[in-house]
Amino acid sequence: MYNAGKVITGIIIFLIIVLSPFWYNGLTGKTAYVPLLKVPDTAKQCVESTQYMKENHMELLNSWKETAVRQGKKTYTAKDGKTYGINLTGTCIKCHANKEEFCDKCHNYAGVKSYCWDCHNYPKTGAWEQKTAGSRK
Amino acid sequence: MNRREFLKVAGLSLAGLTGWQTFNLLSGGAFAKSLPGVQNSVQKQWGMVVNMEACSRKAGCNDCIDACHRIHNVPDLNSPKDEVKWIWTASYDKVFAEQDHAFSNKGLKNRQIIVLCNHCENPPCVKVCPTKATWKREDGIVMMDYHRCIGCRYCMAACPYGARSFNWKNPRPFIKEINQDFPTRTTGVVEKCNFCEERLAKNLLPACVEACEEKALTFGDLNAADSELRRILNTKFSIQRKPHLGTQPKVYYTV
Repeated sequence: MYNAGKVITGIIIFLIIVLSPFWYNGLTGKTAYVPLLKVPDTAKQCVESTQYMKENHMELLNSWKETAVRQGKKTYTAKDGKTYGINLTGTCIKCHANKEEFCDKCHNYAGVKSYCWDCHNYPKTGAWEQKTAGSRK
Repeated sequence: MNRREFLKVAGLSLAGLTGWQTFNLLSGGAFAKSLPGVQNSVQKQWGMVVNMEACSRKAGCNDCIDACHRIHNVPDLNSPKDEVKWIWTASYDKVFAEQDHAFSNKGLKNRQIIVLCNHCENPPCVKVCPTKATWKREDGIVMMDYHRCIGCRYCMAACPYGARSFNWKNPRPFIKEINQDFPTRTTGVVEKCNFCEERLAKNLLPACVEACEEKALTFGDLNAADSELRRILNTKFSIQRKPHLGTQPKVYYTV
């Protein structure tokens, strides 16, 4: 190999630069960061188990939308037989009143944008009208 | 097997496959009942009758409009160009243009008539919607799914009654007080009256009907022969908006 020293040094420098976000986060201890959610103490369990909600809340909310809006059925029967009103503001937000500390924590961390709140209401915790203004592109 | 025999067998098996469904369809069996368009006769059909005389008793009354727009978070944009409306008033010669003539009653001509989505039996807005964001429910309500609306405004062009409004701006800053129990809309969707579908689900009358002190609005089931709605339609002369278009409005007006 010609110029082995230069090539290998170049590759090492290239890797250091390209992987710099990983080094940086590893050195500053940010890789260990896990968003901790403020879970309400008003109820012991959400409509389904915590694990199920973590993994499937988006499918559940989507099916709630379909059932309530398109089929006109306004109640949901959970796996344990309990019934809940299908209502994002009335059921979900009744417990999870602090959107910033609950929805946004994970969604910001994962970089997932939801436009639920462009239309649906939640209790005012800030200047939310301005924040949501025209956010749906 | 030669070609002739093969064709015979193939033809017979095809006939056998389709024959059963044809028999079923003609005999009104389960297959026929599963087809869309075969309506359940006991299904409710919501309708409304507006007593124009009672409606005009209190000059400048906007009780029904205020109640509806407050409950449904309808913004007040204060400009006719951007206007969003679910229920509003227009003069008789505009609402019933085909009834108006040079010598029609002057009082009637200038009268403000209450108008809203007609929840047509044959809604043209539904026909043109490319995403099925608007559709007719089994109880006759022409519903909107704002999640699915892409804001193409075909429905607004199709509606002969101007019952649909488009959100050119974020409506939230223009709502005086947001009713937390009902969502607002967002920029880029079309909205209209939903016949208070959310209140009917709780066995409540539509907000406009409840708010009217003159009892000018009567709401009910058109399929129930003993309903107050049917009694009024049966005893009084009623008209519809633009009936010649064949949309079959379910909002009726008595003179």
